Amino acid sequence: MALPPPDPQFVLRGTGAAVHALHFSCGNQEPDVPILFSGSENGFIHVWNLKTHRVDKTLDGHGGRSVYCVETMGGKNRLLSQGRDQRICLWDLAEGRTSVTNSVFTENVGFCRCTLLKVAQGRWLMAMAAKGPEEVQVLELPSKTSVCTLKPEVGAKLGMPMCLKLWQHNCDSQPLLLAGYEDGSVVLWNLLMGKALSQLVCHQEPVMSLDFDLEKAKGISGSSEKVLSIWSLNEQQNLQVYKTHKLVNAGISDITIRPDKKILATAGWDHRIRIFGWKKLKPLAVLDYHTATVHCVSFSDHRNPSERLLAAGSKDHRISIWSIYAQT
Amino acid sequence: VCFIPDGLDCSISFVSHVLGKVCVHGRQKEILSVLIPRLTDLTKSDCIWQRICWRLVECVPDRWMEAVVLGFVQRTPGADVLSRLLGNLVVKNKKAQFVVTQKLLLLQYGHTTAVLQNLLGYLSLDGLRRALLIKVLQELLETWGSSSAVKHSPPEQQQYISKAILICLSHLKEPEIETCRQELLTSMMEGTKCHLDSNLPQIRRLGMIVAESISSKINTDGPVLKFQYEEDDEARELKSLLVQSPPFCVVPSLPDDDRNEKADAAVPLVLESNKKSHTAAPVMPDEESDAELDSDDDLIPYDMSEDKELKTKAPVYIRDCIEVLTGSEDVDKWEATVKALEGLVRKNPAATREVSVELAKILLHLEEKTCIEGFVELRQRAQVAVLTTDPIPVAKYLTSQFYSLNYSLRQRMDILDVLVLAAQELSCPKSQGKTKHSGAQKPCIQLLPGSDSSKDWRRIVDERIKSKTRRFATGQSQAELASSPNEFNSVAGHFFFPLIQHFDRPLTTFDLLGEDHFVLGRLVHTLAVLMYLAVNTVAVTAMGKALLEFVWALRFHTDSYVRQGLLSCISSTLLSVPTERLLEDMTEELLETQSWLGDVVEKDPDGDCRRLALQNLLLMENLKKKLRTVPS
Repeated sequence: MALPPPDPQFVLRGTGAAVHALHFSCGNQEPDVPILFSGSENGFIHVWNLKTHRVDKTLDGHGGRSVYCVETMGGKNRLLSQGRDQRICLWDLAEGRTSVTNSVFTENVGFCRCTLLKVAQGRWLMAMAAKGPEEVQVLELPSKTSVCTLKPEVGAKLGMPMCLKLWQHNCDSQPLLLAGYEDGSVVLWNLLMGKALSQLVCHQEPVMSLDFDLEKAKGISGSSEKVLSIWSLNEQQNLQVYKTHKLVNAGISDITIRPDKKILATAGWDHRIRIFGWKKLKPLAVLDYHTATVHCVSFSDHRNPSERLLAAGSKDHRISIWSIYAQT
Repeated sequence: VCFIPDGLDCSISFVSHVLGKVCVHGRQKEILSVLIPRLTDLTKSDCIWQRICWRLVECVPDRWMEAVVLGFVQRTPGADVLSRLLGNLVVKNKKAQFVVTQKLLLLQYGHTTAVLQNLLGYLSLDGLRRALLIKVLQELLETWGSSSAVKHSPPEQQQYISKAILICLSHLKEPEIETCRQELLTSMMEGTKCHLDSNLPQIRRLGMIVAESISSKINTDGPVLKFQYEEDDEARELKSLLVQSPPFCVVPSLPDDDRNEKADAAVPLVLESNKKSHTAAPVMPDEESDAELDSDDDLIPYDMSEDKELKTKAPVYIRDCIEVLTGSEDVDKWEATVKALEGLVRKNPAATREVSVELAKILLHLEEKTCIEGFVELRQRAQVAVLTTDPIPVAKYLTSQFYSLNYSLRQRMDILDVLVLAAQELSCPKSQGKTKHSGAQKPCIQLLPGSDSSKDWRRIVDERIKSKTRRFATGQSQAELASSPNEFNSVAGHFFFPLIQHFDRPLTTFDLLGEDHFVLGRLVHTLAVLMYLAVNTVAVTAMGKALLEFVWALRFHTDSYVRQGLLSCISSTLLSVPTERLLEDMTEELLETQSWLGDVVEKDPDGDCRRLALQNLLLMENLKKKLRTVPS
């Protein structure tokens, strides 16, 4: 007899606008409080205290334009946010400050979330959609020097880059970029040479979101259609479709794999969050709480496994926090 | 009858005479039931007996030839036997040829399929006779393809001819088909056209089946003609005639043993293969279970039964529905509205009455925007709901649109269907627990769009007639049914009279009395049903009088579907109008109608028309009787 799906552990209200981005920062020990950053359509970034369930700070750096990406850079004191005002802002939040230390003008009016990768102490690589129509630019932060610009070949007709992920096998190997495009294909780029290593058409519609598991060299992508596509990377750095999974309703906004690689969560346009087992993509649960499209999902980085949480931000202005499969 | 043929010349003409005389006097059964099995056995292998048999039939005088040939054709067990018995009689004897090729096929149609198989098989078995087969086929196709034959000959005859054509086709060989390919094609085209023009579904189907068969024979490679029709036993039987099964002979004992041996051999093979598959099967699960073991078994799924497709919400107000249906680009919303409309209309009668005509207009012109299942039915139910909620204005609108320009035939027929369904709904008392139909007295009228409705209406009216007739005869009293006011009473006239008004005024796009006789047929049936439903209403007498005049004007219509409708109109009038009113106000019309009915019973080619006319006459008789028994 299957149990009914659990209710949210708690719900954060008060953003006042649709929530587009979420990021946890709970790795620190006591007395640091676990924190959740959320980016909203009204341009605010809220810093939520997960103990009191209230907003500790509100950051306003994007001039009222929607914030669609928030990431931390090595701890909760350094924050990166990307907004529709074509800016990526770097924040310094230590000791109660809320100031923008640096910003990058992307000249891109799209919705593609940028991706970060730490390559060395204090040095980061960031990939973002660039000014040119199908281009992705990789910058080094905090120096803001351009590492490379990845342009698909002429006539490839990939469309806009929709989602990006930077990764590297280990600290010494070269960084690689996975990019999902508007035409439904996922491309693996080599940053050093600025060339595409492999291209795979996974979907008939734009790739909305993707995530990648380094250890298994397997990734998953979601689109505006009803299919989730799982693909793998073989030794020759070629992408191959491994499996597809058909959903009940069309449209996925966000996919994320939990850090322990056991489960993954998808945010759906049908207001539901779906949990799957990552090994075999076994459907595990359908969390039906929100009353509008769920825009983003994020797993927390708690050190203690039993405290792990899942957060989902939706167009209905609410952030639901779930504790699911925390025991395994 | 025993002969000693060795070396003797005997004359069998005497026997032929006897045979002929006996057959012509109608004793075919007695003599041939003895003679034919005997001759079948004797002629099986003995050529001399065959020749004797041939001489026997050849010597029958011409005036008795028909009876003898008919008897033979009917009683022999197979075409090959007939061939042995008759030999080339048809080639040698003119009378026999006439009987076989003309009379049995074109002038008579009461024979069974087996007889046809015998006859045509016989013609196909010999080279000399095959020429006759081709000739027969040509003549059959000519009849099949003639539009006047299709219109005026009874359906049974048309079916007989179609069967004959199919059997002929099954006997044709390639070279013969080659030579008459062009002819076959031309007759197929013409014939199909006439058949599809007909209003009776049975005729249309016959035409379709024969056309498909001809097409499959002449186009062995390449695309063949394929129609869509209802596959029932009759259709299957017809199609089976196309394939000739090899003549099965009386089974000698040897082949039986062979078959048994083969069966025995087959069984062990099957067992062996089963065993093999069993050993193969266990190997598979092992591999799979290995893979299963290291899956995430520790993650127990939750209950996901609530995970269903998202549905868009339909509007809740009628006026919102109107907005969505007329302007909205949102396809999901449009779909949801169409599905929810009928329920909304019924739940909000007051709101519907405010916009009833507008809603009726929108629904009449509503086209399918996306592919919804059951769109036609949904639209019709919504229209019926609107009509029953606000009958008078909407009926006025619909009946006026029936005779307006620029509507498709489908829309005009939709109007008729909606009027009938609404009338039925209005006239039936809202059942308080018990169903209004008790037993077989008043079966529910299933009025679905489609040409089958004619059959249903007829059936219903027939059953009603039957039940009523019984009631008059036995004079039993009926148990009282729960009653409530008949809402159709106040609006019956609004439904009926506008429809009957303009039938003889042709418009540029719509001519009831001309080409659009299918719609005329439907109109007539609609009027019959409206009349039937108007029983016990105030307007029924006026309706009856108008209907009888309408019937009188159209009584010589060439289309049998229309005539059947007219006869149903008369039945409905006789049943619905109270007898006193019938005999007082409509005596002349009744007398005229009665004489017409008598004519129909005797001379109408269509069997259903004759039957309906007869029932009407019986009804009239019963009415007269009833009036005589009631003390005035």
